[in-house]
Amino acid sequence: MSYLDHAATTPMLPEALDAFVAAARAVGNASSLHAPGRQARRRVEESREQIADALTARPSEVIFTGGGTESDNLATKGIFWARRAADPRRNRVVASSVEHHAVLDAVTWLERHEGAAVTWLPVSRSGRVSAADFAEAVSGDDVAVATVMWANNEVGTLQPVPELAALAASAGVPFHTDAVQAVGQVPVDFAASGAAALTVSGHKIGGPIGVGALLLGREVECTPLLHGGGQERDVRSGTLDVPGIVALAVAVELSVKTQRETAERIGRLRDDLVARVHAAVPGAILNGDPTGRLPGNAHFSFPGCEGDALLLLLDAQGIACSTGSACSAGVAQPSHVLIAMGAGDAEARSSLRFTLGHTSTVSDVDALVAALPGAVERARRAGAVKSR
Amino acid sequence: MSGGVDSAVAAARAAEAGHDVTGVHLALARNPQTYRSGARGCCTLEDARDARRAADVIGIPFYVWDMAEQFHESVVDDFVAEYAAGRTPNPCLRCNEKIKFEAVLDRAVALGFDAVVTGHHARLGADGLLRRSVDYGKDQSYVLAVLTAAQLSRAMFPLGDSTKALVRAEAASRGLAVADKPDSHDICFIADGDTRKFLADRLGSQPGDIVEATTGAVVGQHAGAYAYTVGQRRGLDLRISAPDRNPRYVLSITPSTNTVTVGPASALEVSTVVGTRPIWHSSDFSVECSVQLRAHGSVFPASVAFDGSSLVASLASPARGVATGQAMVCYQPSPDGDIVLGSATISETS
Ligand SMILES: Cc1ncc(COP(=O)(O)O)c(C=O)c1O
Repeated sequence: MSYLDHAATTPMLPEALDAFVAAARAVGNASSLHAPGRQARRRVEESREQIADALTARPSEVIFTGGGTESDNLATKGIFWARRAADPRRNRVVASSVEHHAVLDAVTWLERHEGAAVTWLPVSRSGRVSAADFAEAVSGDDVAVATVMWANNEVGTLQPVPELAALAASAGVPFHTDAVQAVGQVPVDFAASGAAALTVSGHKIGGPIGVGALLLGREVECTPLLHGGGQERDVRSGTLDVPGIVALAVAVELSVKTQRETAERIGRLRDDLVARVHAAVPGAILNGDPTGRLPGNAHFSFPGCEGDALLLLLDAQGIACSTGSACSAGVAQPSHVLIAMGAGDAEARSSLRFTLGHTSTVSDVDALVAALPGAVERARRAGAVKSR
Repeated sequence: MSGGVDSAVAAARAAEAGHDVTGVHLALARNPQTYRSGARGCCTLEDARDARRAADVIGIPFYVWDMAEQFHESVVDDFVAEYAAGRTPNPCLRCNEKIKFEAVLDRAVALGFDAVVTGHHARLGADGLLRRSVDYGKDQSYVLAVLTAAQLSRAMFPLGDSTKALVRAEAASRGLAVADKPDSHDICFIADGDTRKFLADRLGSQPGDIVEATTGAVVGQHAGAYAYTVGQRRGLDLRISAPDRNPRYVLSITPSTNTVTVGPASALEVSTVVGTRPIWHSSDFSVECSVQLRAHGSVFPASVAFDGSSLVASLASPARGVATGQAMVCYQPSPDGDIVLGSATISETS
C-alpha cells in the first residue's frame, strides 16, 4: 500500500505509541489525591511542559482537549462568548473562507444560533488571505474574535500568521489560528506568532487520534463548551486522558525537534512527486501556492476527471489519497476551499490531494506515478460519459 | 447497494463467486438535506450507512456515487411529465433503464468494471435471457424488461434462483445486519407515500370535469386530471351517480381538455394493447405468449406482433384497467422461469 494521505491522519510515531501504551497500563485519575492520582497528574504536567517548551508557550497556556475539532470549537465559540459577554457590541467573527470545517461550521453555528455577524475573508487564487483585507476586517469595534488557519489542510497554503496576529493585536482583537496541519511541518512558535489561541491535534503529527490541545494566552477570556470538573483552567472539563496526553507530548516534541529535516526530506519527495505527476499527466494543474505551502502537500486538478473516480481507481491499486472533501453521506461536495480560491465547480470536483509524511518514501511516489496515467485516462472516459 | 438486504446479499454472492466487486450506493436526493428528513425511501443517510456496513462485512470497497442530477432529470421529471400527459409511469423501471443500467453502468464500464450487479429478483442465465425469479411473488423481471440486450450483457442478478426468505436467511447467516430490514414498497422519492400530493405540489391545481362516457354528462369535478389512473374507482367523489347505479371507473384521461372520463367496469375492457419504444429479444416477430400489463399484475395470453417500432398485443380475453405509460412485458412461459421476450411502453388500448 502507498499511503499518500498523511494530512488525514499520519501513523503514530513508535515513541509516542510506546509512551501511550506505558501510560495506559498505569491506573490513576489526574484529579485524585492519592499516590496513583499524583503519578497521573505528574505525567500530565510533564507533558504540558514538554508541549509548552516545544511550541514556546507557558505551561499554563496549554489546555488539553479531545482533538483539533474541540480546540477549534472552544477557541471560536468560547472567545466569542466571553468577548461579547464583556461588551455586547462585540458580535462579529472574522474568519478566512478556507478554514477547516471545525472552524467553518463553528462560526456558521454562531451566525445561525447566536446571531453573530461574520466577515468571511476572501483568498487569492493560491488560497492566501490578504493582510490588507484582514486589517480592514478587524478594524471595527464590533469584532469579538478573528480566526485564520496557519496552513490549509486541502491545498497546503501557508497564511501570514504573525502578520495577521500583529494586526489583530493592534486592533485589540484576540486572534486564533488552527495550526493542526502546521505543527511539525513548518516552524510554529506560539509566543512569537502573537496569536491569542492556537489549535494542535495529536493524530496529524504522529500522536493518537482524539487528543489535542488549545494553546490559550493566559489573559485571554474563553467561555467553556464543556462544564464539569473544571480540570483544565476551568475552560475545559473532563477527566484528563493521561495516555493520550503523554503520547501527544512525545509527538509534539519529536515532530518539532525533527521539523527541519522532515520538511527538507518530504519537501524534496513532494517536489519530485509534483514534477513526475506533471510529466506523467500533461494538463495536471498544481493548486495552491507554488512555494508557500506545506512541505508534504501536493494538490492537483486533473481536468476532465472527477476526483471521486480517480480516488476509486487509485484505491483499487493500493494507493490511498483524498479528494480533500467529504460529507457524512459520502457524497463529494465541491471543496469550499477551491471554490473560495476561484475554481469552478468542475475544476473543484476534478481535484485530488496527495500528502506525504514521516513514513513516506520514494516508492510511494513511484507507485503513484505508475498508476496515475491509466487512472486518469479511465476517469476521463467516465467524465466524458457523465457530461454526455 | 441501497442499504437493503437484497443488494447486500447480491454483492456478497458476487464477491464469493470470485469477482472483483466494489460496492456503490447511489445518492439520489438532489438536496442532501432531504437525506436527513426523508425518513423513508431509498436515499436516507441511514441507508447509506447500512450499505457501507454491509460492504465492510462482505469485505469490499464501498463508494457513494452522486446520481442526483441524472435521477431527477431522467426519473423524477419524467414521472411528473408522464402524469401531466395523462399516463401512469413506472419510475422503478425508468430508474433501471436510465440510472442503474445506463448512468451507473456507463460510468462503471469507463472506469474498467465489467458489469453492474443488483439485488433484483430475476434470473439472467448464460444464454442471456431474462427470466422470472423462482420467487414468483417477489419477481422483478417486469421492471427489468426495459433493458436492451446490450444492457443485459453487462448485468448480473445473483438472487434470481433464491426466494426472498432464503435471501434473508442467508443475510443473517452472513452476519449482515440488514437481514430483517423491511422491504421498501413506496416510490423512493416520495418520502410520505402521497403521490397525489407530490404531483399537486409540482403541477398545481387544475380543476376540470369528470364526464360520464356513455352520456357525456358532467358527473363531478377534479382538481387535476393528472391525479387519476385508468381503472381507478376510489376517490372519484362523483356528484351524480350513474344511471345503472353501478360503480364508475376512470376510463381515460384527456390532458388537452383536462377531463377525466368515467364509465362502467365493462367499458374498461380492452383486447388490443399497443406499445411504443419496444425492446424485442426474440427472432420471431409474431408470437403467442403471455403479456403482463402492470407491475405485479396478472398475465394474459396474447398474440404479439413486433414491427420494429411498436408492439401490438391481441389479448385472448379482455383485460381491465390498462393504463398508458405502464409497460407491457411479453413472457414466453417456461418451466424454468418465464422468459422475457420483449417489452414496450403502453401507448394505446382498444
Ligand atoms: C486544519 C484542521 N483543523 C482541524 C482538524 C480536526 O482535527 P481533529 O481530527 O483532531 O478533530 C483537522 C483534521 O481533520 C484539520 O486538518
